[in-house]
Amino acid sequence: MNRRESLKLIAIASLAAAFPGCTQEKIDDAAHRAEMSSEDGGLSERTPSQLSAAEYAMITMLVDLIIPADSRSGSASDASVPAFIDFMMEEAPEIQNPLHAGLAWINNSCEKQYGSEFVDLSQEQQTSFLDSIAYPDSASPDMKDGVTFFSTLRDLTATGFWSSKIGMTDLNYTGNTPQASWEGCSHEAMSHLGLSYDV
Amino acid sequence: MPFIQSTTTYDVCIVGSGAGGGMAAYVLTQAGANVVMLEAGGDWDTVRDGDMLKYNYESPRRGRGTKTRPFGEFDACDGGWNIEGEPYTKADGTDWEWWRARMLGGRTNHWGRISLRFGPDDFKRKTIDGKGDDWPIGYDDLKPYYDRIDRMIGIFGSKEGVYNEPDGLFMPAPKPRCYEVMVKNGAQKLGIPVIPSRLSILTQTLGNRPACHYCGQCNRGCKTSSNFSTQTVLLPPALATGRLKIITNAMAREVLTDNEGKATGVSYIDTITKEEAQVRAKVVVLAASACESSRLMMNSKSSRHPNGLSNSSDVLGKYLTDSTGGDVMGFFPQLVDSPAHNEDGVGGMHIYIPWWLEKDKTLGFSRGYHIETWGGKGMPGYGFGGGIQRTNGKLDGGDRSKGGGGYGLQLKDDYRRLWGAFIGMSGRGEMIARRENYCEIDPTVKDQYGIPVLRFNVKWSDEELLQMKHFQETGNEIIRKMGGEPLWDIPSKEDNYGITKPGQIIHEVGTTRMGSDPKNSVLNSNCQAHEASNVFVADAGPFVSQAHKNPTWTILALSMRTSEFIVTEVLKRNLPTA
Repeated sequence: MNRRESLKLIAIASLAAAFPGCTQEKIDDAAHRAEMSSEDGGLSERTPSQLSAAEYAMITMLVDLIIPADSRSGSASDASVPAFIDFMMEEAPEIQNPLHAGLAWINNSCEKQYGSEFVDLSQEQQTSFLDSIAYPDSASPDMKDGVTFFSTLRDLTATGFWSSKIGMTDLNYTGNTPQASWEGCSHEAMSHLGLSYDV
Repeated sequence: MPFIQSTTTYDVCIVGSGAGGGMAAYVLTQAGANVVMLEAGGDWDTVRDGDMLKYNYESPRRGRGTKTRPFGEFDACDGGWNIEGEPYTKADGTDWEWWRARMLGGRTNHWGRISLRFGPDDFKRKTIDGKGDDWPIGYDDLKPYYDRIDRMIGIFGSKEGVYNEPDGLFMPAPKPRCYEVMVKNGAQKLGIPVIPSRLSILTQTLGNRPACHYCGQCNRGCKTSSNFSTQTVLLPPALATGRLKIITNAMAREVLTDNEGKATGVSYIDTITKEEAQVRAKVVVLAASACESSRLMMNSKSSRHPNGLSNSSDVLGKYLTDSTGGDVMGFFPQLVDSPAHNEDGVGGMHIYIPWWLEKDKTLGFSRGYHIETWGGKGMPGYGFGGGIQRTNGKLDGGDRSKGGGGYGLQLKDDYRRLWGAFIGMSGRGEMIARRENYCEIDPTVKDQYGIPVLRFNVKWSDEELLQMKHFQETGNEIIRKMGGEPLWDIPSKEDNYGITKPGQIIHEVGTTRMGSDPKNSVLNSNCQAHEASNVFVADAGPFVSQAHKNPTWTILALSMRTSEFIVTEVLKRNLPTA
């Protein structure tokens, strides 16, 4: 049974529940809403409203360094993570200043260290710089602001990437689908833990 | 200001459409009464409005909470901790968080479906430990109602024979998820019993309601009515009688009374048009949630009720409690790299740890708690992978020399490997009901409708703090026995051992408590106001004590019992033969 058929069955089951006031139109509407699966909540068409063009370019570069493409899936920007971050800044104004300030901090530090802004550094310079702020336990105390910012950016990148369709597919997430029955976790999942339902 | 007065006199006016109000509407309309129900929030239809089976990526918010949906944008509860135009206040130096649902069906739309009976000991705690008060009724008084609710609404569980965790009439319980088997094994090494959970979710067909389809999203509202909410289970049959009129967007202002002090109806304001209106009724049932119902009674002053409705005892608003709460969480190396699999299951835990130290008198606190569990490979949403720098340094393979955090291909793989490698437990305990914990009318603040608001005055005592300290220690010990590492140290005494703020567990009970002595209670044992014989309370307000248990199943049982009393003793009608 595919997802579309499952949803149809659920709509029929709802009809069987014989709701007073619940017309066929309402059920059709609900089924339609459930089927109208947007792939990314409109993020790929978003025009940035919070980040400047320069900031957006820099964020795009940074999130792809955090989550690059590999053999299983695309990169963070392939999953519209820069647009997600811009949206979250609109949604959660408390992260606006930390993000603007963090990007500026990185550029300042790069200017001091290399004489250029982050996006203009060579790949080796970029990774060398990120190494100084990406590992909280071994970073030097003067990099603390950068470390805090980078942890925030890493969290936003991860949430934006793994909750996207690309991310869920990469994880092989198979839930959010009606099941005919519940038989417990798979044999593979149980035996990975050395467990069995038979004991 | 426009004013609307209905010419109809209903048999009963119910304020609120949650568990208590929904059950009252069901029983009363089945018995032939004409009922009007006032709901402060808007209409809600789970099939039309619910978000079951939506992927988080269908929204740019990825499921994150919003102002009017603090538990997540797909969570089926409109309302929250702070509602615009409806403030509440707190006495200096005290905390209270007040969740209010503003929608048809109230909090039953998104609740956790944990459906526990209070046990024999829960009704007579004063007899056992000398603290608080006994109820004027016992388990045997409520057992027949619990039984009927189990059959009528549906619940899964298992017969365990634990004295203070009475067995119900259960459908089969779902098997535990793999991480729940780990919790079970770990807890059992410490002699802590773990039993299947008891949730009001169907694992078999019940009437015209199909069994659960295991999408794990009960809180979004179930479009197949396979779990319990009043809007899908109790209101449809009540409406089908043709004897229930529901008025939404109706914010109750006052219970109206006559010269004898008896209720004649309820005045309310239409929250959309701002028109004042009244409904007339022979009986008034308040089921607006414990604190809202007492607020309404306090605001219903008259010459016969100068201190608020049925409040010459001054007990109204007193003995307010909430469940205590605490959380622990662990990282489990054996869950790293576990194969992807669907473990959505039902929308809640499949296992339950009931209080197991009832007989231990050496604990330093009097009342118990239970433990709930969470974890697994749920649908990735907002917050996924957060704080990975605290754990990925512990993984094997690759370069870990600089510690946790990082970026790039190795980090990307770490997220995959760590997905589902965390398990958490929550302690939920009983707070002792004390007179000095209360809500009252704030002398100056009013809401946007001009209705005086509540001011809360609630504090934990050492009883609650030491109980949650015990939970923190026990929870971390279970994590270690399971082969995991607790993610954080036990919060210190200065941090109150990590206890939640009062109100945060959203189990507020008391404030209109029942009792046999009108001097220290608001209602009699039938939840009937001592001083206004046609006023009843059918939410958690009548509770004399909290138990560590989630209150909904007891709200439903009490409401059913109260409603049948109204039918036979007040309206003098016969109940329909079941």
